[in-house]
Amino acid sequence: MTDAATGPDQITGATPDNALRTADRAEAGPVLSADGTPLKTSLNRALRREKMRALLLVSPLLIFILVTFIAPIADMLFRSVENRIVADTLPQTVAGLDQSSLEVPGEPTFEDLYFDLFLAAEAKKHTQLGTRLNYESAGVSSLFRSSGRRLDDIGEETQDALEDLDESWGEAGFWYGLMNNADDSDDALLKSERARVKALTAEPTGGDIAFAPSAEIAQILPRTTRAYTAWAVYIALIDDDVVAEEEPWEAVYAALGVDLERDATLEALATYAGPGADQLRAAAEADLPSVDYRAAFVEMDDGWGETEVWNTLRTYSSEYTIGYFLNAIDLQLTPNGIEKRPDRESIYLMLFQRTLVMSLIITISCIILGYPIAWLLANLPMRSANLLMILVLLPFWTSLLVRTSAWKILLQQQGVINDLLVWIGIVSNTGRLVLINNQTGTIIAMTHILLPFMILPLYSVMKTIPVTYVRAAKSLGATDWTAFWRVYFPNSVPGIGAGSILVFILSIGYYITPELVGGTSGVFISNRIAYHISSSLNWGLAAALGTILLAAVLMLYYTYDRMVGIDNVKLGG
Amino acid sequence: MKLRILLASTALAVAPVIAGAQDLPPCENCADSMTIMSWGGAYQSSQQKAYTEPYAAATGVNVTWDESSNESTAKIRAASEAGNMTYDLVDVEGPDSQRLCDEGLAMEVDLDESLAAAPDGTPASEDFGDSAINDCFIPQIVFSTTFGYRTDVAEWNGATPDSVCAIFDTETFPGKRALEKRPKKNIEWALLCDGVAKEDLYDVLDEDGVERALAKLDTIKDDVIWWSAGAETPQLLADGEVVMGSTYNGRLFSAIAEQNQPIAMLWDWQVFDFDGWIVPEGLDEPRLNRVMHFLNFATDTQRLADQAKYISYGPARASSQPLVSTHADLGIEMAPHMPTNPENQKNYLVNNIEWWADNQDDVEARFQNWLSQ
Repeated sequence: MTDAATGPDQITGATPDNALRTADRAEAGPVLSADGTPLKTSLNRALRREKMRALLLVSPLLIFILVTFIAPIADMLFRSVENRIVADTLPQTVAGLDQSSLEVPGEPTFEDLYFDLFLAAEAKKHTQLGTRLNYESAGVSSLFRSSGRRLDDIGEETQDALEDLDESWGEAGFWYGLMNNADDSDDALLKSERARVKALTAEPTGGDIAFAPSAEIAQILPRTTRAYTAWAVYIALIDDDVVAEEEPWEAVYAALGVDLERDATLEALATYAGPGADQLRAAAEADLPSVDYRAAFVEMDDGWGETEVWNTLRTYSSEYTIGYFLNAIDLQLTPNGIEKRPDRESIYLMLFQRTLVMSLIITISCIILGYPIAWLLANLPMRSANLLMILVLLPFWTSLLVRTSAWKILLQQQGVINDLLVWIGIVSNTGRLVLINNQTGTIIAMTHILLPFMILPLYSVMKTIPVTYVRAAKSLGATDWTAFWRVYFPNSVPGIGAGSILVFILSIGYYITPELVGGTSGVFISNRIAYHISSSLNWGLAAALGTILLAAVLMLYYTYDRMVGIDNVKLGG
Repeated sequence: MKLRILLASTALAVAPVIAGAQDLPPCENCADSMTIMSWGGAYQSSQQKAYTEPYAAATGVNVTWDESSNESTAKIRAASEAGNMTYDLVDVEGPDSQRLCDEGLAMEVDLDESLAAAPDGTPASEDFGDSAINDCFIPQIVFSTTFGYRTDVAEWNGATPDSVCAIFDTETFPGKRALEKRPKKNIEWALLCDGVAKEDLYDVLDEDGVERALAKLDTIKDDVIWWSAGAETPQLLADGEVVMGSTYNGRLFSAIAEQNQPIAMLWDWQVFDFDGWIVPEGLDEPRLNRVMHFLNFATDTQRLADQAKYISYGPARASSQPLVSTHADLGIEMAPHMPTNPENQKNYLVNNIEWWADNQDDVEARFQNWLSQ
């Protein structure tokens, strides 16, 4: 496959490269060209122009390959370890979670969880996180979904109490006046909330929101200001509404309820004289409903009171994870380290093994069927060989789906082959062979589909074996078999090598044919990858499985190179 | 001018069906093409005949179809991540719409604001009733997943299945069965046939019901051919590859009534589902205007009733049901072939959409693993 003859110094004679090297080696001062510049410089200049031109010529292809091949593969590889969704969706919760503990966390973490989850639910991202974590621990998805529907209730209680106390709490303008202060604003807070909404929604949040959180109020009511600022960023930039005209979310009221319970808030409020001071002091003195967040979450779903979900969150809180790769080989990451998955969830190692074994069987079938045909092609007179060649190429011009569907019609129990066998009397009508929707079906159909990839390299190698070799062997007394086995066959081995590599590598990545004729026992690992891409949407796991498959192919290729030598593989000539 | 009005009113009187198309209000700032994702096959062609062909005739809009609704969630998510929404309108099953809506991939649509009221003035949301299952879903049809069986199986010795549990009875009814390669409906049927009462189904499922259902399915696992596209079962039945199989009732209707295959319907414990449109998030204004303009037309009372001329799915609007008439080509009455016909719904199920939205990920993963093992 490679042409090894282009390395340095391999072409002898007067080439520019060699001239350069000679100039380099010449110790006795620089050789000058006609215009007085050193020969080396002027040659280099000329060469650079040449190289630039060559690069320009290949650049369309290079860019094409980069954009359509390298970049998607790199993106896929990246997805298999990427895990930002947890920290993006629940930033405060993850930051406040004690990593060393194995217990359900305390009240502060539940408070963080409430405000994180509220924003996530507004952006409808909590379900995505639930789905993500469900890959690791069954039940998390329904936990997040059902909780997301009931977050409003908690804040509403506080909101109702506040509005009963003073109607201004239900007014958009009052809230805006309380929170906004463009002259003395907490820019760091605004910036961090912008970043948070951006990470969550993946939309730009740099625009003008006509709101700046007051630094003074941020001191007194930290949770409220943060919740209000996040709300403001979201309202202004994602919903395209005006901050000053909208009533805040329930979560802002809930945050105020939390703030007003802190002693520090009460102290600070005593000296506060800004907008809304009276209402705030009244609210602080009033008996607002006190929310126990932990109890509220456990009431929503018992799962929050159990260690499982929290340990999953701890284990998968980092931005990158090896979790997908572990899943791909039937292991899982737990707080206690790496463990084997329960048997009923373990299928990937089995599928990898099945893929490799069946690909090997398909490759061997292709060699057995393809070798005689290639031999005929190479040795028949031109006219009949051409006809045969068309027959070999014909399947290439037929759609893959058509060919696979044809096999369905041939192989099924009421199909052509079974009908024929029953008619001849080899099998009884009730004992029809099961040739499809199992491994047999996959092997038959894929051998047929991949056969040209074996025949063509074999043919091109056989074509170059001089007929005189076999004649010479025979004239020296070899029998037909000896002449074939000792003389012809060794010469055709490079063709077998090339064909086998092609067929094997193509077949371990095949998925349409196994999907259509393989039933459940004849499917490959690629069918699982396709399933995770298109049905379960577990792209991380699909990427990890794909990466492993890619690595396996590269490793096989490398081993083959070491054992047989890739130079011995010939696709032609 | 007078002549034109006269002509128009004659047309109204003679062909009320086409008249609807001519009444279309103008569409301002609208794209002149649409890409619609649907299911292909007989179903999509019924949509073409009832909705898009009259609409295109009236407006000149160019409609492109993409037949990949069976992987709609993945496609929409991929398009949304790439920031380039290539679909204007997507036909999905009810539970998928719930998922798309939950994840913010589908747009919320106010039915009363966007869609036409019934001819008697009933607002759309009331007319659609229970079929409006979430804020993003624009209902279209009621369909059911049910069983068909071959009527000429010699090994059955004249027995005909009259209960869905026949699929688990390989003694009386030997032969292969076709079941969908998804847990939904299969596990409900398995539990029903394992002795669970209809009203206890989802309580049982909350506990060890899934394992129990899979154990029941294990008894016939070797006799099952799993399908992933609705057209496979009628094909398998027609070829004699399977003796009974589940699929959507409209597909079976096509095989039985239009292609005269020796197949009969087994309506027992048919599972009702809704199918409808969702509008993906991320459309620009002209495209969105066009889609809403189309939807207003395609989901009105007459259009939904028209679809039933081509396929035996029940219209989702209450006001459309009295308008369901005869098959466009065969001329047979469609009402007896509708899943909602009282004769056909002695035993029926409605999937618990909330339970499935919450548990789909778990059950699906478990089911797929079970299949591979």
